[in-house]
Amino acid sequence: MTTTATVDRSVNGDTGSRRFSILAGRDINRETYVEEWAEAGLTVADSPYDPQPSLRVVDGQVMEMDGKERADFDALDRFIADHALDLAVAEEAMATPSHQMARMLVDINVPQPTIRRLADGCTPAKLCEIVRHMNVLEMMMGLGKMRVRKTPANQAHVTNWRENPALLAADAAEAALRGFAEIETTVRVARAAPLNALAILVGSQTSRGGVLTQCAVEEAFGLRLGIKGLTSYAETLSVYGSERSFVDGDDTPWSKAFLASAYASRGIKVRFTSGTGSEALMGYAEQCSMLYLEARCLLITKGAGSQGVQNGSISCIALPEALPGGVRGVLAENLLASMLGLECASGNDALASHSALRKTAKLMLQMIPGTDFICSGYSAIPKQDNMFGGGNFDAEDFDDWTVIQRDMQVNGGIRPVREEEAIAARRQAAQALQAIYAELEFPPIDDEEVEAAALAHSSEDMPARDMVADLAAADRFLEGTANLSDVVRALHRSGFEQAAANLLEMGRQRVAGDYLQPSAIFGDGFNVISAINDNNDYTGPGTGYRLEGETWDALQRIPQQKSPRDFIDAQVGEPLPNLAEISTAKVGATANEIVVAVGPAYGTSLVKTIGELDHEEVLEALLTGVAEEEFYGRVVRVYHSADCAAIGHAGARLSGSGIAVGLQSRGTTVIQKRGLAPLNNLELFPQSPSLTLEIYQAIGRNAARYAKGLSPLPVGVKVDNGARLRLIVKTALLHRREIDDIQEKAPQELYFRWEPDV
Amino acid sequence: MTDERSEERGNTSQSSNGDYPLYANRNDTLAAASGRPLRDLSLQKTLSEDISSEDYSISAETLRAQAEIARGAGYPQLAQNLERASELTAVPNETLLEMYEMLRPGRCSFEEYQALAQRLRDEFNAAATAGFVEEAAAVYRERGLLRRELE
Repeated sequence: MTTTATVDRSVNGDTGSRRFSILAGRDINRETYVEEWAEAGLTVADSPYDPQPSLRVVDGQVMEMDGKERADFDALDRFIADHALDLAVAEEAMATPSHQMARMLVDINVPQPTIRRLADGCTPAKLCEIVRHMNVLEMMMGLGKMRVRKTPANQAHVTNWRENPALLAADAAEAALRGFAEIETTVRVARAAPLNALAILVGSQTSRGGVLTQCAVEEAFGLRLGIKGLTSYAETLSVYGSERSFVDGDDTPWSKAFLASAYASRGIKVRFTSGTGSEALMGYAEQCSMLYLEARCLLITKGAGSQGVQNGSISCIALPEALPGGVRGVLAENLLASMLGLECASGNDALASHSALRKTAKLMLQMIPGTDFICSGYSAIPKQDNMFGGGNFDAEDFDDWTVIQRDMQVNGGIRPVREEEAIAARRQAAQALQAIYAELEFPPIDDEEVEAAALAHSSEDMPARDMVADLAAADRFLEGTANLSDVVRALHRSGFEQAAANLLEMGRQRVAGDYLQPSAIFGDGFNVISAINDNNDYTGPGTGYRLEGETWDALQRIPQQKSPRDFIDAQVGEPLPNLAEISTAKVGATANEIVVAVGPAYGTSLVKTIGELDHEEVLEALLTGVAEEEFYGRVVRVYHSADCAAIGHAGARLSGSGIAVGLQSRGTTVIQKRGLAPLNNLELFPQSPSLTLEIYQAIGRNAARYAKGLSPLPVGVKVDNGARLRLIVKTALLHRREIDDIQEKAPQELYFRWEPDV
Repeated sequence: MTDERSEERGNTSQSSNGDYPLYANRNDTLAAASGRPLRDLSLQKTLSEDISSEDYSISAETLRAQAEIARGAGYPQLAQNLERASELTAVPNETLLEMYEMLRPGRCSFEEYQALAQRLRDEFNAAATAGFVEEAAAVYRERGLLRRELE
């Protein structure tokens, strides 16, 4: 529904509600919502067909699991029963009431290892039963404690529609600078994969050594890229929660486990992929809830020996979000992964909503507790360049993200960066790749492309390349003998010594294999951080991960923040030459005078209002208004207070007519009458940024009319809803400046050298 | 799947982590799959010598050491995976890709899997992986995931 249609409807005198019509046009109503249908697997956390927890172990073999006899096990049941469950603890775990385990997850006195020990003995149905007792707040508590790596992190997606290598390198460099621990690319055209993988590898290592990179392509192809040294991790090893879906995915738990071992044998970190909704989407949900099927996926992941999983619905996210409780269900699956000791890259990648409010609300469930990777891929590029199908958060949201981190003192894994730093990192990455392309005789990257990549936002900002030639080069590179050391040499020869050293270090780290351990990433200086040496030891306030020290300093220093001193530059200037102090002010004797009482800094320390009106002109306007009513204006300065009400109140006591205008230096104004309580008044103008000289003149007029005993129409001021939001810091600082000039001194009569033009 | 795991799980002190990270703590003895010591994989050597892919590949021995660390920290399945991986370091790249392809559903007969398991044992000394393949074959037979049954 469009706004135009809305208007038409009103014009046509339709009986529909105007408000509902406007609501129908909102982003939130561009989404799809569907009622639950358990038979089709369209239920998030609780299908009436979900199995009940049970486990019978005879002679060290599982003979019954979740109500099914071993003879009836499908391939997935078999794999889970024989590989995933810790039978030493299973009896105890299954006998522990689920609500008790749910409470343990929330209880700060129960440390992570206690819960993990029991979780290792839980069947899929038991795991589901535990988390069904929990609301989202409780799940967040549990997730913050169960996350395997103490330090949270984030992963970026870097792709572009034109498969432009210089741009890929530049975007990877910027993503590395922004602090992403992992960067994933993929392809529009499959054959581009080797060069895309090379581009983000070189780009990231040029910018910050130790970023792990991958290229999402078909499984066997992906392994080939890893073997060649072009990638250091792989996460698109998809598993599914029903046998038919698994087989349709062209794998079995055994083939996936073999693939995991194959990757590890080449020193490549592995993370499986699962997530609610995939089975329903593939048509084989077997009437089970998404959560139950996901619990099976997670146990297969664990049984296969994958150190981690990306879940949180991933590319299927819109399906659970179409259902009741979908976002809670996604959080529940993140929690289950963490309970099982799996590194969790917790979704927040694919486009999940049109509504910024809804996207952010969902994000908080992972960002606040912290996960191993808040996003399974934050789109560090604009939407049109995202070859994963569009990110829920992308390059345009960088500043929103860093501000939210600063607001909450939460580490969401993205550092704020300055423009010049980003450009420099991008340029250097593109130059490094240019040098490699020249050395390895790939189609050249010219200087114009390098410069475009340094400054680009999207691939539309890039000159065209011959993609056919690039693809041919990619084929030759994959089949040829050139390897990581050739790239290192090419970089070194071209003067990119740090990048060469970083790239080599990636190879050396592969030899050591420390990053094969659960939830491993590299911190600064290639220091490996994983569940082994950065174990999450949260046990309540003051424990676990705390955003403090240097990291907090770095995350709070967004480039947009200014020094407080810079805020009031516009209001500071030379004192008014025509405003002079005469003597202590006395109570006026004439009934036709209006006192204009100004604040301590008015026209001296401060010379303009917050709306940047000259103090001189504001005084002129007020006095002109007074004069129009044939009254005299007296100007006095109040020293003992910077408060608008107090200034007006003091002025009214001195005024012969009993009426005064109180005026703060920032422009806030009040019309006050002697005898009224200080916080009562005739008219108050708190929206100082909106006040104009015409309004000040009208205020002066009205003050005189009150003095005449009339009841004038109050001066109208337009309401600017955004003024407080824009100007609150400035307001506070101007007020503070005025307070600095407070003195224990009676109000002083001022001489304002000016004649009204009336 | 060991009993002692439950005992050790609560122990998060450094001592249970072995020499992790090996890069820092075993820098002198670490070697690549080719046998080249890590200390010889320097920038200077890379610039002056011929460095093969095996020179920056992980060795079977290092994978077993990482498996021990994983087991000690309470990740037995990861440890088993790394042990299978240590066996697979002996398998050439193309063969590795072929083996993975064979394990995908509907690709092989039961006998072909048995032959694969035998080959893993005989040619690559990969007993754990061979056992894993045999287990897969048995389940595939029961669940109709062998080649002829899908056709």
